[in-house]
Amino acid sequence: MTEGHSLKVNVPLLARVEGEGALDLDIDRGQLVAARLRIFEPPRFFEKLVEGRQVEEMPDLVARICGICPVAYQMSAVHALESIAGLQPGGWVRDMRRLLYCGEWIESHCLHIHLLAAPDFLGFPNAAAMAREYPEEVRRGLQLQHLGNEIMALLGGRSVHPVGACIGGFHRAPSQAAISRLRGRLHDAVPLAEELVRWTASLALPHARQSFISVALRHPTEYPLNEGRIVSSDGLDISIAEYPEHFAEQHRSTSTALYSLYRGQPYLVGPLARLNLNLDLLPQPVRRNLVRTEVPFPSSNLYHSIVARAVEVHYALLEALRILDDYRLPETPRVEPKRRAGVGFGCTEAPRGLLWQQWETDAEGRVLSCRIVPPTSQNQARIEEDLRLSIEAAGLDSPAETLRSRAEAVIRNYDPCISCATHFLTLRIHRTGVEE
Amino acid sequence: MSIFPPPLARRPRFAVHKFSSCDGCQLALLNLGDGLLELAERVDIVHFAEFGAVDEDADVDIALVEGSISTPHEIERIRAVRERSKYLVAIGVCATSGGIQALRNLNDASAWTRAVYAAPEHISVLDRVAPLSAQVRVDLELWGCPVNAHQVIAAMHDLLAGVSHAPSRDKLCMECKRSGNPCVVVTEGLPCMGPVTATGCGVLCPRHGRDCYGCSGPAESPNVAALAARLRSLGLSRPEVAQRFLSINSGAPEFAAIAQHSDD
Repeated sequence: MTEGHSLKVNVPLLARVEGEGALDLDIDRGQLVAARLRIFEPPRFFEKLVEGRQVEEMPDLVARICGICPVAYQMSAVHALESIAGLQPGGWVRDMRRLLYCGEWIESHCLHIHLLAAPDFLGFPNAAAMAREYPEEVRRGLQLQHLGNEIMALLGGRSVHPVGACIGGFHRAPSQAAISRLRGRLHDAVPLAEELVRWTASLALPHARQSFISVALRHPTEYPLNEGRIVSSDGLDISIAEYPEHFAEQHRSTSTALYSLYRGQPYLVGPLARLNLNLDLLPQPVRRNLVRTEVPFPSSNLYHSIVARAVEVHYALLEALRILDDYRLPETPRVEPKRRAGVGFGCTEAPRGLLWQQWETDAEGRVLSCRIVPPTSQNQARIEEDLRLSIEAAGLDSPAETLRSRAEAVIRNYDPCISCATHFLTLRIHRTGVEE
Repeated sequence: MSIFPPPLARRPRFAVHKFSSCDGCQLALLNLGDGLLELAERVDIVHFAEFGAVDEDADVDIALVEGSISTPHEIERIRAVRERSKYLVAIGVCATSGGIQALRNLNDASAWTRAVYAAPEHISVLDRVAPLSAQVRVDLELWGCPVNAHQVIAAMHDLLAGVSHAPSRDKLCMECKRSGNPCVVVTEGLPCMGPVTATGCGVLCPRHGRDCYGCSGPAESPNVAALAARLRSLGLSRPEVAQRFLSINSGAPEFAAIAQHSDD
């Protein structure tokens, strides 16, 4: 194609993404005039559904925002609601929440790596086709994913909308026998997680450096899951209550999700941002295995997200084992809930990144209001910025099919979860003036 | 050991569609492990976006549909899915009762749109969230929030073998008793929904020392009035009793009937 051409391409639904959205690329006379990620997941009005209801119901209700990361919604909510009531559940509960979250990271990350992302880098339409040529790699991934589900089932009965967590702790403590059974299986899986990291690093990932701001939680002594301060790669260091002073949401006509901006700019949350900001907190075995891959972190290449996800699978597996090794039956699995009026904040690291919530309750323990900022709406502006840079780098007069597959791979790096942010990708490339 | 019966003469064409939902019921397939690969060998997966197959307009033998109908566009989509699918299976309570988002039927959706979105004129939603059966004929309903792998495999097993599938709508309470769990109502005074809720989840909540919250939807012939009276005797206020029923399955008529018992 010659300079000055324009293009329209339409892909009605992007595959291997959680939920439903659309993408518009407008190329006019050789200029990229728009790169928009449109989200058309029907709004479900969660923040309004919970108003007037009892706080004790919230862990069960907010789980339903997302079937892939229900634990993240439960965790941010229980922390916020406990802070209002002044509850301090103690060390056993803290460990079990980390364990539960490790299960969700392993499940969600393995699902993304093998079923959603890796087919891009190996040239397959889906994981079943990939499994015919890479049977061991796919089975290893599904096996690890299953172990993540089992960790969640240990504490919550099932991995989608688990029923174990409550305000104050857990409804029941797992038995020593159940802990021992799982511990043995996790032990056996450690070499699989180490191989997984090296395998993702060996994929032919594009070299595409970009400049962006990473945002994640940071805890003084551990890789962040449930607690920490919000930090950024440009020096931000704030308590979670200060989030609204630095981050603002906007509604655009093209989306049912709200866009978040950090001081007016796009920013990145999720595995790559977390790893970039918390590299020094990885335990030695995880760092040693990562160093062997020679993938440099901190990284400014978004395609390294798949490696970051694998590193976090390895980390979560070892962290789960550490917690299981130290397991003791508690005197009680929960502290008694209290009802109190007030405002509280919860911010935890969902598999896809920072999940911030603000809750207000009355003295009878009813929800007056809540605000939930999921990771995908925080990444949305960054995804659009990345699309613009990547499409321009690929060459605006590239064939439509090249632009389309590049755009899809770019979007999948972020593992967008559109059911959360709301979810569905339809890709439209418009090159005005020319029929494709 | 195979989880599916021997193949039919022709590979069945299979689709998974998503409407208003959390994506959680599709995970019953995506979390199957080797079973997922086996399914992909046994059927032609022609549409299952999250799995990587996109052809929403294809004719299929079996369509699993997750989610409720909450926008004008979803009415058009589900009618098109119905036309192109020989056997339409609703998976999960969003598809069978409207799910948790049907709670907005008890409120003013347009006021909520104005409250949540700065540009509400761009948001198009129906006044009422509805299950699939409100718009199209549904051949089989699998209740659950979420449906689990056992439910989906059992249904697929029967359908691929060419026999009809009839899941139990027995009361969770009965299965719980048979499992030998201590009753959480009797021993702890918890407001358990087991006496009116359908079995299928594996009695998860009582096994975890807590009260069932009705996520699988109503059992057959539930005695809502009797349970409402029992919950009142446990100390719940009338609004608290109503909220026990009007939660994840507020759109199920049996649970919505609590309104008639709220002034006793």
